[in-house]
Amino acid sequence: MSDTRSASRRDFLVKLAQGSALAATAGTLWAYLLKQEVRAHPFALRPPGARAERDFNAACIKCGQCVNACPYDTLTLAGAGGDIPIGTPHFTPRDIPCYLCPDIPCMKACPTGALSPALADINDSRMGLAVIDLENCLSWKGLRCEICHRECPLKGKAIVLETHPRRISRHAMFMPIVHSEHCTGCGICEKACPTAEAAIRILPHKMVQGKIGEHYRLGWTSETEITQEFQPSAAPDAAPEAAPRKAPGMDYLNEGGL
Amino acid sequence: MSTDFPRADAQASLARLRARTLSARLWSWRTLVLRRLTQFGILLMFFGTAHWGWEASRDVPLLSGNLSASEFMGLFPMADPFAALQILLAGHVLQAEVWTGAAIVFGFYMLVGGRVYCAWVCPVNAVTDLAGWLRQRLPVATLFALSRTTRYFVLAAALFISVITGVAAFEWVSPIGMMHREIVFGMGLGFLALTAIFLFDLLILRNGWCGHLCPLGAFWSLVGKAAPLRVRFDADSCTRCGECARVCPEPQVLNLKKLDQSGWVTAGECSNCGRCTALCPEGSLAFGLRWPVRVRSDNPDQSNQSTRGG
Repeated sequence: MSDTRSASRRDFLVKLAQGSALAATAGTLWAYLLKQEVRAHPFALRPPGARAERDFNAACIKCGQCVNACPYDTLTLAGAGGDIPIGTPHFTPRDIPCYLCPDIPCMKACPTGALSPALADINDSRMGLAVIDLENCLSWKGLRCEICHRECPLKGKAIVLETHPRRISRHAMFMPIVHSEHCTGCGICEKACPTAEAAIRILPHKMVQGKIGEHYRLGWTSETEITQEFQPSAAPDAAPEAAPRKAPGMDYLNEGGL
Repeated sequence: MSTDFPRADAQASLARLRARTLSARLWSWRTLVLRRLTQFGILLMFFGTAHWGWEASRDVPLLSGNLSASEFMGLFPMADPFAALQILLAGHVLQAEVWTGAAIVFGFYMLVGGRVYCAWVCPVNAVTDLAGWLRQRLPVATLFALSRTTRYFVLAAALFISVITGVAAFEWVSPIGMMHREIVFGMGLGFLALTAIFLFDLLILRNGWCGHLCPLGAFWSLVGKAAPLRVRFDADSCTRCGECARVCPEPQVLNLKKLDQSGWVTAGECSNCGRCTALCPEGSLAFGLRWPVRVRSDNPDQSNQSTRGG
């Protein structure tokens, strides 16, 4: 009696161990697959109002209602096995850019809030940032092009022309410059660029934007004001105490050492 | 096909099935034809809305979206409650629209049977049905047995992995999602996953995907347990010929002992596909409404068979 009971208990424990092992193995594989799949494609451009890539991937239910709502067929849902995370909406500006509908139908169609309804003005959308390849931009080469500037829905703000007056043996140049403060990343410039490969293209902000950090002060601009607290005195604590105090600017030359 | 066990009336039932005229044979496919029509009709509505701009009225799309979430004629949203649940567990608070849609879909399947989704809506069903149909006609040996409760563990795993990875675990690997998405919105490599399922069902495990593994089916099984629309069983007319279990993709739900007790196919795994009701030579199995749902046993009062034939 007790034998059979212990046998059945052993059976149960073995079954439990087997089940756990199977669950752990399959679960790990599954989670690994997810990590691979969710790994954000560095160049994925999302519809206007899209949350940050990680939140977007978590929230998007992959229903494609934004795709249907877009009147320009800009958006596509990523297929399986492609570069873009599966089933999520994205666009390729060189094919069809975002034409910045003022009523933002894609965002309104989104049932989950992956495209955030907080976006009230389409000009506040930040799908990406236009970046100019200065070496291949016709305008920067000195030709009169400026097509991106003329096509830009926010021209004069998102793309401005910097003019360099004519010099000897060099004619005037009108060079487009992108301002991230206003650029929506719609990609109309990339679509319009006449070079064989677009010399201006939209990239996700993370791919191109640096950050200067807090410790630099631009003393010549009116916005930044040099304050007393920024004096380097705060940086090394003990070192100045250890060294003999000298008048500023004095060194061994003043001490007659040579 | 042993000759001693089946009762004489069961033999008669089988003989009658075999002697059916062509039109009777076609008639016994009626639920199959209807299921294919709804499955492809729904996909067609999605496709037409996405590609041909089908509208219910001016500027009102007919059926926008796909099986994950959609909006019908601008009237009401629909959403896959299982997908919504995973997204919630992944840590994203969804907008009210999805919850409304999920509640509508959930309520509908609570009434008609959860796995009505599987048999009447899910496009993968057409693939696995084909694999199952072929397998019955090919000499494919059984490789191994897998418990049909595995799917509930897969369901639990989907929810758990959603929590720890922060994304809807099943939605990101779902062959169902791949299939309807890629039919409605354009091709990717999702057909490879479907091919894998087809071959798995055909060569490795009978009814392997839908009947053993699919967590969405498991979800709907749980939802459909208390559905009023179920298959009713009339023990008096049944001759135990066993044809129902032969065509059923979830034969365990036709456990005759349980059927005798309750007079209904009560298991949530039953997808109300109607194979058995369309085929039963005695009309012992037929769709019915049980209300209140807790009605058990005491079937004489409700077993006056008016549905003979078929």
